[in-house]
Amino acid sequence: MGKYTLNINGKSHQVDADEDTPLLWVLRDELNYLGTKYGCGIGECGACTVHINGKATKSCTLLVSVLDDEEITTIEGLSENHNHPVQEAWKTVDVPQCGYCQSGQIMAAASFLNENPHPSKQEIRTAMSGNICRCAAYNNIEKAVAVAADNM
Amino acid sequence: MDNKDNIGFSRRSFIKTSALVGGGMLIGFNFFTSCDTDTVLEVEDLSKLNYDDFNAFIKISKSGKVTIFSPNPEIGQGVKTSMPMLIAEELDIAWKDVNVVQGKWDSVNYKNQYAGGSEGILKAWDPLRQTGATARQMLVNAAAIRWSVEPSSCTTKEGVITNAKGETLGYGDVAIEAAKLDVPEGLKLKEPENFNIIGKDISNVDIHNIISGKPLYGLDYKEEGMVYASVLRPPGFGQGLEKLDDTAARAVTGVIDVITFGNKVGVLAKNTWAAMKGKNALIAEWIELTPGESTKQHNDLMFGFLKGETFTTMRNDGDVDAAFKEADHIVEQEYESPFIPHNCMEPMNFFAHVTDESIRLIGPIQTPEWTASRVAGLLNRDMNDITLEMTRMGGGFGRRLYGDFALEAAELSDKSQMPIKVVFSREDDMTAGTYRPAVKYNMKVAIKDNKITGYHVKEAAISDNMYDLIPNFFPAGSIENYRVDIASYPSNISTGAFRAPHTNSPAVAEHSFFDKVAAHLEISPVKLKIDLLQKVKGNTDDRQLFSAERLEGVINLVTEKSGYGNASNGASQGFSSYFCHNTHVAQVADVEMVDGMPVITKVHCAVDCGIVVNPLGAINQLKGAIIDGIGTAMYGNLSFENGIPQSSNFNNYRMIRMNETPDIEIHFVKNNIAPTGLGEPALPPIGAAIANAIYAASGKRVTKIPFIDYFKKPNNA
Repeated sequence: MGKYTLNINGKSHQVDADEDTPLLWVLRDELNYLGTKYGCGIGECGACTVHINGKATKSCTLLVSVLDDEEITTIEGLSENHNHPVQEAWKTVDVPQCGYCQSGQIMAAASFLNENPHPSKQEIRTAMSGNICRCAAYNNIEKAVAVAADNM
Repeated sequence: MDNKDNIGFSRRSFIKTSALVGGGMLIGFNFFTSCDTDTVLEVEDLSKLNYDDFNAFIKISKSGKVTIFSPNPEIGQGVKTSMPMLIAEELDIAWKDVNVVQGKWDSVNYKNQYAGGSEGILKAWDPLRQTGATARQMLVNAAAIRWSVEPSSCTTKEGVITNAKGETLGYGDVAIEAAKLDVPEGLKLKEPENFNIIGKDISNVDIHNIISGKPLYGLDYKEEGMVYASVLRPPGFGQGLEKLDDTAARAVTGVIDVITFGNKVGVLAKNTWAAMKGKNALIAEWIELTPGESTKQHNDLMFGFLKGETFTTMRNDGDVDAAFKEADHIVEQEYESPFIPHNCMEPMNFFAHVTDESIRLIGPIQTPEWTASRVAGLLNRDMNDITLEMTRMGGGFGRRLYGDFALEAAELSDKSQMPIKVVFSREDDMTAGTYRPAVKYNMKVAIKDNKITGYHVKEAAISDNMYDLIPNFFPAGSIENYRVDIASYPSNISTGAFRAPHTNSPAVAEHSFFDKVAAHLEISPVKLKIDLLQKVKGNTDDRQLFSAERLEGVINLVTEKSGYGNASNGASQGFSSYFCHNTHVAQVADVEMVDGMPVITKVHCAVDCGIVVNPLGAINQLKGAIIDGIGTAMYGNLSFENGIPQSSNFNNYRMIRMNETPDIEIHFVKNNIAPTGLGEPALPPIGAAIANAIYAASGKRVTKIPFIDYFKKPNNA
């Protein structure tokens, strides 16, 4: 067990955890940031995507012990009033079916658009292919990323 | 419009009203009795009813805000939005004034609280609108009494009642008085041209909670004192626990206890990670209880069935053997589909707290009633001891019909007396599934004088057949000599319903085969089907569930929209059509070959589901089902060795991703027929549409799922 200080959504949190605990489970079980989802545990599906210093990162394979100096952002902290252009676009398009993967999709899209504010259709399709949507709302996700890009 | 609007049930039998203590009106309606016209209660039973008897409500507050409790489990199919829309339409309120709340499962009175079979809207269409209309009329009656006017002189709009003099009252103003009035009967429902909510794009009622990351799902549920459990199950089907060393598991920080139950071992811990680590630290030895099965063995068994004679015949018209004996040509093809896991994004999980007094169950489940009864049976408890709350579900697709995970939670909680949440890892989820069964087909037609004279389907399945329920589907009735034969091998691998059960695999085989037969006859597959459909138009055989006219309608619509058969459009296209779950669908897929690989670029889908209640949600369902069907046909494959599943996570089981998805255009047939479901019907035909498009693009007939295997370069195989 170790004591770790995590900077999440601009707030400092102290946690006791085993050093090999993935950030995902610290967020969910210890700190109640439940918007970050468990999907595969091996970084293949993207349901657990958060931002580390603004960059989309899969939290299920990221150890709590290496995050002391990093800025962590979860879906809860992406925007103050849940009105980030990507979140707004998700509403406009009515993207979700079951909705479970959508926090991860939104975090991936927000980070991608930060790096590439005017992506082509093909760039969106490639960038978002790290996130699985089992309900296959892919047409909607693709459209919402384009809508968000237009509004950013 | 269907003239059944005012018949089929007595509203008195399922509607009851009362004034709320805090002001306002509560309308209770027995949703499930109302949806089942065979179980109408007698009016005299009304006196015995109380509000505990009703699991669905409309609550109208003094301020005029309306809360609608949606009783059916929400798995992403959209019923939590579309069912309340039906009530709101007839109640005549503005959708912005509606708040939707997930209703609880009622353990005693109701039998149909489930998600499955694309039946939600179909069964709710009349009764939910009647419920809304009843509430509206009572509010109008209350206003009319206050004004001393005839109710018929009043009109309503968006929650406001207006009389002939132009005076107005809000619903909230008269809700308390309305609650005391008699329940009116024989109300006339709106004509479709007067709909204000039905047919409009309405966003998912949970959209804000989803995009802001609120804890909605079973995996998000937690409470004080709750313990997480990870369960070690036998790695292979047919295996049992022989020996266990849990020393290392108990030494993992956070592990509270290790409990063996049956052939499984639960590791209880303070958090999910410790539970999973503890499980991985268990050292177990397994023995073979029944022989472990392999895919090679299954293939041999199924091909053996297809070559043999031991079938159950599900339908046998005319003389099929004679038709084949007299044929000029016989076209024959085998089709194959492997086991498919559901792979819901939210892995299976459930909360249970079992005490001497009560059993509390909370989590994602498509079948609350059945699951509660199985828990009662398992623990030898009274059903009245059990409460069950349904969370939103991170996908279902049939997997959450089976409450095995809830039973595990209940058993572990019973043994430990602690509140327990069982959490499957992705590997647990994929390897302890209830898979779509592996099946193979032999399809054969007899051709004489360039006409189909005989049709023979043979189906061989591992565990569960599919054609047992659909022998009367198209082309039954349109071919004089027609036979459907089935056989299955009882496996120890657990199988079950997968989105569009009984049609998902047969449709791919059947409608790929039609393409091959059409090519042999040198006619368009569209013409082949339309010609056959003429023979069953006006058919009075009540085994025939599809409408030849409506099927022809969607075929014509998709042909027109996609340009199918028009050589000048330059695309390599595949056509398919199907009827299942009461909805008629036709599809055209476009495929391009890029570097020797098929790329599906476009899908046109024409649908006749009657009135489209919520186009936004309907299009989501249809597109999702199409891409699900493409993913399964292209990549789906779970194989077995010695009973052990050979894939366990998304690194070795391929799921379709965004860069592999086509643009999809949905075209609805516009009519005023009562609506049917959309969760499933677009899935079965798409596999054939892409197989036929791949043939058009590459000249290759793909007959075995996963299709991608036909295109793997030898070095990467």
